[in-house]
Amino acid sequence: MKISKYIFVGILLGITLYKSEAVSWFRIFEMFHFQSFHMYGIIFTAIIAGVGIVQVIKRTHLKSTEGQEIIFHPKDKSIPRYLIGGFIFGLGWALAGVCPGPMFILLGSGYTVFIVFLAAAMFGTFSYGLLRKKLPH
Amino acid sequence: MVPQFLIDIKDFISQPWPWWVGGLMIALIMFILLFFGKEFGLSANLRIMCAADGAGDFADFFKFDWQSQGWNLMVALGAMFGGYLAAHYFLSPDGDIAHVSNATIESLKGLGFQFDDGKVPLVPDFYSWESLFSLRGLIIIVLGGFLVGFGARYAGGCTSGHAISGLSALQLPSLIAVIGFFLGGLFMTHLIFPILF
Repeated sequence: MKISKYIFVGILLGITLYKSEAVSWFRIFEMFHFQSFHMYGIIFTAIIAGVGIVQVIKRTHLKSTEGQEIIFHPKDKSIPRYLIGGFIFGLGWALAGVCPGPMFILLGSGYTVFIVFLAAAMFGTFSYGLLRKKLPH
Repeated sequence: MVPQFLIDIKDFISQPWPWWVGGLMIALIMFILLFFGKEFGLSANLRIMCAADGAGDFADFFKFDWQSQGWNLMVALGAMFGGYLAAHYFLSPDGDIAHVSNATIESLKGLGFQFDDGKVPLVPDFYSWESLFSLRGLIIIVLGGFLVGFGARYAGGCTSGHAISGLSALQLPSLIAVIGFFLGGLFMTHLIFPILF
């Protein structure tokens, strides 16, 4: 169960994003046109429930199955990195209509051309790794 | 014979899920991973896969203990299984369609999309191997993939890492990243799409 439990978490994620249509290019298109509450509803519900979960974990000092208290690492303080990187990600998210989760989900659901998308995304990450020291962070 | 209650469960899951079910399930998945001592973030897999492919020879960014991150690859593998199961066993009664609003269907028609009997498929037809031979398909699949992979790592996370995990932990950097996601998305949708389609 050490590793296989994560496969079950992934299956849950795959069915969730597929059945709630978050994997759909058309849903992302709709979201960026503000023509439906659907995607905002998914994201806001997840965040509101998530904030509650994080607060309960922090206040009860809940321990993970690894035996240590669950901690939240504060992310590095910066603006350019998140704004520019986020902007580039947003361009790709709207263009392709998929983010990294749906990329795997649609590949598994039978759209084998996403193997090319995955290779391109890996090349994007690789390029960032090469250019990292020259980019503003 | 399959017991009736199993068929009932299958039919129940097969309905299109309302937004609040999707949102609650995502929060639950984040909690399960936290409970296992891990952080929810799918784009990290791209870095792990680069590292596993030997990218550490080219940039220090890929020199890290990627073997310890194998759990995240298992989440990605599971997501593929989940996609397979949803597409093959839990399809909605009305088929593999996206239930987008009428306003969206009109906007799509304005860009030249054609839909039979007003039904919008879940996945657009440009996601096919043939479309790699068209300029538009190539731009969407290859450039789209590149931007997602580059931007996610530059910003230090994607929708799951920043919008869900980061905002749930009330992290200001994640809020800046999500603002960036939306600025980029709006720019692409409103200024580039009219040229591309």
